[in-house]
Formats: sequence, C-alpha cells, structure tokens
Amino acid sequence: MAILIDENTRVLVQGITGSFGARHASLSLAYGTRLVAGVTPGKGGRKFEDQVPVFDTVAQAVAETGATASAIFVPPPFAADAILEAADAGVDLIVAITEGIPVMDMMRVKEGLRGSKSRLVGPNCPGLVTPGHGEKSHGGCRIGIAPGYIHKRGNVGVVSRSGTLTYEAVFQLTSLGYGQSTCVGIGGDPINGTSHLDVLQMFNDDPETEAIIMIGEIGGTAEVEAARWAKENCKKPVAGFIAGATAPPGRRMGHAGAIVGGEEDTAQAKKKILAECGIAVAETPDQMASALLDLWGK
Amino acid sequence: MNIHEYQAKELFDRFDVPSPVGRVASSPEEAAEAAREFSGAKLVIKAQVHAGGRGKGHFKNGFQGGVHLIDSPEQASEYAGKMLDETLVTVQTGEEGRLVRKVMIAEAVDITHEYYLAILMDRATARPVIVASTEGGMSIEDVAYQTPEKIIRQPVHPLLGLQAYGIRKIAAALGLSGDIAKQFGKLLSNLHKLFISLDCAMVEINPLVTTPDGRVLALDAKFGFDSNALFRHPEIVAMRDKDEEDPREVAASEYDLNYIGLDGNIACLVNGAGLAMATMDIIKHFGGEPANFLDVGGGASREQVAAAFKIILGDPNVKGILINIFGGIMDCNVIAEGVIAAAKETGLPIPLVVRLEGNNVEAGKATLATSGLDITTADDMADGAKKIVAAVS
Repeated sequence: MAILIDENTRVLVQGITGSFGARHASLSLAYGTRLVAGVTPGKGGRKFEDQVPVFDTVAQAVAETGATASAIFVPPPFAADAILEAADAGVDLIVAITEGIPVMDMMRVKEGLRGSKSRLVGPNCPGLVTPGHGEKSHGGCRIGIAPGYIHKRGNVGVVSRSGTLTYEAVFQLTSLGYGQSTCVGIGGDPINGTSHLDVLQMFNDDPETEAIIMIGEIGGTAEVEAARWAKENCKKPVAGFIAGATAPPGRRMGHAGAIVGGEEDTAQAKKKILAECGIAVAETPDQMASALLDLWGK
Repeated sequence: MNIHEYQAKELFDRFDVPSPVGRVASSPEEAAEAAREFSGAKLVIKAQVHAGGRGKGHFKNGFQGGVHLIDSPEQASEYAGKMLDETLVTVQTGEEGRLVRKVMIAEAVDITHEYYLAILMDRATARPVIVASTEGGMSIEDVAYQTPEKIIRQPVHPLLGLQAYGIRKIAAALGLSGDIAKQFGKLLSNLHKLFISLDCAMVEINPLVTTPDGRVLALDAKFGFDSNALFRHPEIVAMRDKDEEDPREVAASEYDLNYIGLDGNIACLVNGAGLAMATMDIIKHFGGEPANFLDVGGGASREQVAAAFKIILGDPNVKGILINIFGGIMDCNVIAEGVIAAAKETGLPIPLVVRLEGNNVEAGKATLATSGLDITTADDMADGAKKIVAAVS
C-alpha cells in the first residue's frame, strides 16, 4: 500500500532539462522509478537519457504518458505557474522541490488549488520515497531529491519539514533493521500544500504503516495541530523530534518557515505539547528511531 | 532584511501612505538645509540606525539621546554634528553600539490619539491579516496579553484582496468616524497595496496617530520583506545597509551560505537547515554553546566550504568546530577533500571534529584519517557533539 505513491506511480518531471532536475531525474530512473515524461517549455520532442520523452506542456505529457504525479524543479520565478499548470492538467500529486518561491506566489497557488483534485506537497521539500523491494530499496518510487539507497521497504511512515533530518531518521531506522512505508518531506516554507496533519491522517489509514516518525522545527503551529489530532485519533505509535531549541527568536533559521515568532512556536513549547499528546519525543536528533522503537515495544 | 526609518518614509511616500514630512541628511549642512525647508513646523532630529530605543540611547562621545526636538536650522546643524559619524548605544545595539551615518529631520507631530495598525502574512490561514488596536504606542504583545479584546484581526482574501467592507469594519472597531475614518480608509487601502506590491512579510505602524489639526499619520514603521521575493524588487535590495549587519553574515551571504552568528564557542558547519538547527541543539544538549547556525546547502562546493571555514575562524569566540554532514547524494569523500583543502588553506588552530555519514562514507573517513591534519572523526552525531564539547572545555 504505502501512501500517495507506490512502485506503479507514473511520474513526470517539470524542469527536466535544467541541471538540478536532470540530475535527480537520472537518480530516480536508476532507483527504478517509473519516470515516464519530462516537461520543459520549448524543448518538446527530445528524449531525456534516450528514453524519457520531453514535452512542451504538462497537458501533452499527461495525455501521452498517463503520468499522475509531477516533480517540480522549475526555478522560483516560474514555479508557481508550473504548479498551476500541473493542476490544470489534472495531475493527482504535485511535488514542488523548488526552494525560494515567493510567499505571495504560494498564497495565490494555495487558494487557486482549493477545490482541485490535485494534492500539492512542498514547496522547498525533498519530496517523497516509497521504498522498493529490491537491493537497497531499488524499484521504489522516488520523487524529488532524497537518497534512495538509504531506505528499506517496511512499516514506518516518516513525515518531516527538513530534508537532511528525514535522511537521518530513515538512516537510523534502516540501520536498526526497520524499513519505511513512505517518507514524505513537506518542506520548510511557511505556506505549503500538505501539512504534518494531512500526512499523519494518511499514515493512520494506511494498513502497511504500523508506526510513525514526525519531525518538525520551530515556527508555526503545524506540529502541534497534528499532535492534538493524534492524541484523539491516531491508532499507531508516533515518535517526534523538534529542531531549533537553541535558535534565537526573530531570526530565520535557513527555512523561511523556521522562525520563532511567539511563545507557542518555540521548540520547547512544541516538545511539551507533543509529549502531552502521547508522542515519544527524541531528546536528541540521533535518537529519533530509538525513541520510536521504545514506544513501539520493539 | 531591515530598512532605515527614512527609507520606510520613502516607501510610504511612494504609496501615498501619509507620514510626517521629513528628509534625510548626511552632514550638518544638509540637516540645516532640511530644517530651513520645513521652517514653521516643530521639528525633530533622529539618528538613523536599525536598532530601536534611540531616544533613550547615548553616544560614545557623551552626547545623550538619538532623538531631539530642534527649533532652528542652527540647532539642526549643531545636533547633526554631534550625532553623525558617532557611535550610538541603545538597549538593542549592545555595548559596541552603531555608527550613525545619517540623520532624519522630520516634523514633530502633536498627537490626539495613538493607534496600532499592521498587515502580516499569517501562515496558519495562508493569507494576509490586518491587525489593529486602539492601544497604540506600546508593545502589541503586551496589549494582546493584557487586553486581548482590544486586538482587532481582519483576514484579507488571497485573490479578492482588501474589500471596502473590511476597511469600514476596522475603522468602526477603532471608533473612527467622519473625515478621520475616510482618511484612515485611504491609508489602509494604500498600505495594503504596498504590502502586496512589495512582497512584504510584515508592515507595522506603531503608532498610527490622529492629530489636533485632523490628520491621520503613520508615525513609526517596521518592515519585513519576503527574502524569496527580493529578486523582483531591486529597489528594496538597494536599500540594504550592510554596515548595519553582522559582518560575518554579510560575508556568508556572498557565498550563498546560510549563516547566523550566535554567542557560543563551538562553531558548526552542516548541510541542511533542519540538521543545522538539530546540530546546534545537540551541542547544547551535551553542555556546549553553539557559536553559529551554518547551512552549506545540499550541494556545497569546495569554495563554499573554504569560505565557511574562514568565516568561522574569523569569530574570535570560536574554540572548536563540529562538521556534521549527511551526504545523501553528495559524495562524502568529496566533502572530506573539501574540508582538508579548506583546513590547509586557512590553517587549523583549533580542534575540529567531523561526523560524516552517507554516500561513500568509508572513503571520506579514510581521506580525513590520512590527511596528516589533526582531525577527530566521530561515529555519529552524539559522539561528535560529545567530542567537540570535551575538546573546548
């Protein structure tokens, strides 16, 4: 099962001819992902790595290849348009990897997607991985920039705002022998398409997912909302980590969304609420997997 | 990115948001000139630095106060002479203070009532929200805490924008009527245009005042801009005053490094913002104090690592360095070579602990071990944090 994507998902890449998009499209192909199309306006008719057709528009790509998920590697000034184009073409899952999209653009995009059947993940996110059954999880679906080989097919769902912290959690799990159902990077921006809560609900409903790691950071209240929901509704053990306990207030810590504004979005406040909601909070980032296994009784 | 008071006034003028008349001056002569231009009005001279608390601050030359009433061009010139090229210390600048390079001569306004008015991007609802209060002139956090009923919040639709009813609603809630309400409505409408047009994260007017002669004016303002959108606002980028920023952060920004200076003595160099924050946290957890936040990004080059090293070593408080890299796609050996090149170039006068994990990690560790440099390798993040804390204590 897994959530959102599996080994049969047909993926397209918007911005496939740019250096960043091309590099990660190659890595997804090597991982065994069904990458069926690329889109770069004005470069339609080419073949990426002699096998993946490139189209001028997402609508053409979807019509010709049946792609249902899109990874967006388009530069920030054009990324909002690319997301809306994917939604217009009826793509089910839009994963915006692009970092640095203006917040006003995301505000309009979020409102514009209201009522559409497309789900947006990101922006400014590492994307998603549903690991495959092959060696080093080969044969899975990789959308975005995560390292595929650190994964292992299994039953832990991982959701996070941060890329490298997701990889840490996945690496810890895999090293301890526990695989993942799906890993979702929701991104570090203040306005994003999919929240911690959205992903938690999907993991809760997914029969393959037996336990969950939720990684958050300072700023906003998304982790708190997810934790409060989990307390009442989540049937599965959840471990958490919140980064930024030492961040000074009012300073943007790399991610546009990681900024302490008030008393409630500090790391300390969030950790306290998570713990009150029954989530096993890792004291340090190297304890994310072990905190989950303790709670899970493994 | 912060801007000066006189620059905020320029932006208000451009969008027809009324504020007291005023002009910036870089010399006593210009200050006198400005005072002559506005003669007839009561005037004030204000030192231009990014820090708050200017009125109660003091200059290192002994002159008291960064804000003064003045009553003649001669006095404008005299006070400007005491402020310009002098260092102003306020509660927000720290002991080192800030060098004053410009002063502003502005109308000193008589005040009937002080209000609070702000527009900010609300992440929870993904739309702008207008915040207003009759309790202007004081900290809005205090008002929200003590008298939450005096905070008015009005969301703005992301696509429809600010509607006339929204303006009337806020004006009524503030108790404004007649011509004052009309002036307020125009000011708020223009402020919203400014907020959207300039990709602001926040515009805060505190206080917004009414005057005995029947005007509504923005007396003091604070701007926050969305740094992701600066590429389409060159005129805002031009307002950046690097002299007001931490020189280490200025140097880092030139290499696209995400750096924030802190007060501790253990520097860290990390890939990824979340991991960089977590690395600071784990240093603190094991009893150390982080000297900085530094995210070299997902695809750090050798040049960036070298630049990061120089910035870290330029901080006299730094007594040790922890490098924490999870090389998912990046080759750990390439990172190891970059670290060694940087260390050889800058010298390695203090302890360095490196934790590498991920792609080609064995080769990376071997490269570090055979480099001939005094580098301590760590098995995991906790091990690295413990080792660097032990090395500096």
